Amino acid sequence: MDRPFGLLAELTYRCPLACAYCSNPLELAAYDDEMSTAEWQRVFTEAAEMGVLQCHLSGGEPLLRRDLVDLVRTAAELGMYTNLVTSAIGLSRSRAEGLREAGLDHVQISVQADEPATSDRIAGIPSFERKLKAAAVVKDLGWPLTVNVVLHRQNIDRVAEIIALVEELDADRIELANTQYYGWAWRNRAALLPSREQLAAAEEIVRAARVRLTGRMEVVHVLPDYYSEYPKPCMGGWAARQLTVAPNGHALPCPAAQTLPLPRASVREEPLSTIWDSAPMFTAFRGTDWMRDPCRTCDRRELDFGGCRCQAFQLTGDPARTDPVCHLSPDHALVTAAVDAANGERRHEILIPRPHRS
Amino acid sequence: MVADGDRPILSSHVRLRFDPTRDRHVLLGPESVIVLNPTGADILSLCDGNRTVAGVAAVLRERYDRVVDDEVAAFVARLVARRCVEIHNG
Ligand SMILES: C[S@@+](CC[C@H](N)C(=O)[O-])C[C@H]1O[C@@H](n2cnc3c(N)ncnc32)[C@H](O)[C@@H]1O
Ligand code: SF4
Ligand code: SF4
Repeated sequence: MDRPFGLLAELTYRCPLACAYCSNPLELAAYDDEMSTAEWQRVFTEAAEMGVLQCHLSGGEPLLRRDLVDLVRTAAELGMYTNLVTSAIGLSRSRAEGLREAGLDHVQISVQADEPATSDRIAGIPSFERKLKAAAVVKDLGWPLTVNVVLHRQNIDRVAEIIALVEELDADRIELANTQYYGWAWRNRAALLPSREQLAAAEEIVRAARVRLTGRMEVVHVLPDYYSEYPKPCMGGWAARQLTVAPNGHALPCPAAQTLPLPRASVREEPLSTIWDSAPMFTAFRGTDWMRDPCRTCDRRELDFGGCRCQAFQLTGDPARTDPVCHLSPDHALVTAAVDAANGERRHEILIPRPHRS
Repeated sequence: MVADGDRPILSSHVRLRFDPTRDRHVLLGPESVIVLNPTGADILSLCDGNRTVAGVAAVLRERYDRVVDDEVAAFVARLVARRCVEIHNG
């Protein structure tokens, strides 16, 4: 069996922001029993021993963990490439220096829009200016910087201005990631899914920017799967390359998998390698044996692995069905209906913010 | 393209290390893991910003008994395109 390359450590789901597009689970209170410093350090050690090479520290807002510097130090000492995925709220200069000294390799900051009014509205609190300041500190300390922008109907028309802002921040990489519909984003899908016209306009702008920025800034554009013919190859295959550990110690193939009707696997009860090898959460959809038609006999089954299991479950109630995003899926009408609504006359614009917790 | 006189060096945001689990050298970046074959690992460990592409090829030619010039340039070019290696000219 292959060994995982990356660990997504979701240290906490607490967060000062309230993004309506947030992919965190709806039942945030179920994760209040967070793992201790020692528990996370043990998980990192087990991960490194089983071949994990990258450690993404995310959440929620990882900077709310007061032991973040210690956790980074442990991961770095284990030889893992460490990446902090943050809203940047709480990334003061002194905190940043502590993380740098502890061996943090890379920082990814998320930004909601190109100007304060929209950004602060989407984030739910005034945060735009603080993000820019933090980005400057990251560059000043010599870190490579990725800026992540989640795109949706309420900011995608400003993608040119967003790219210009990120250029000014001197980022090494920009991720323009269309919203994936999990967690709070799923609840807010009707107000977030862009129209076909919006997407086409954005795609042209991003394509031109990529050419213009060659050699200066890497431009990653994640298109919304609702508009594509085939599903995305989720995680390079179920439980093949990555794993996630949630704040309470639940181990998952990806963060969205917490919704699936499979028995929980917890790193508080079992070693990570046992979970990876034999927990139903990990074995249920590994490989292609679980597939039914049309995937079972499809030429693309090793390319996209039948798409996303979590999306199949969310849309059809059965995680073993073909991802309805696929035009060959018998359930594809579910996706077409959402797309039609996003392109219709009457649109739903009200966003339900993810509640902030601290 | 990469020229013989170029001086390649690992870019500051990637790390080269040996991975005992896979028994290979790996190149780690924020969103990528590149598992290297032994020749690739050798090439990268010689890319110190002082040695030229031709210089790297010369060292390898001594180590292995075969011509490697094009292989070095092509390998370096691929990693430059992925922003894992930077070129210092002249
Ligand atoms: C859940 S956040 C946690 C880290 C931190 N609070 C932040 O927002 O940067 C992890 C990353 O996923 C992105 N993200 C959040 N919700 C998303 C969604 N529905 N689809 C795609 N990306 C999303 C964020 O922008 C961020 O880069
Ligand atoms: S609410 Fe926003 S900042 Fe907070 S975890 Fe979710 S995406 Fe990140
Ligand atoms: S039928 Fe299944 S394997 Fe074939 S393209 Fe669609 S999702 Fe992929």
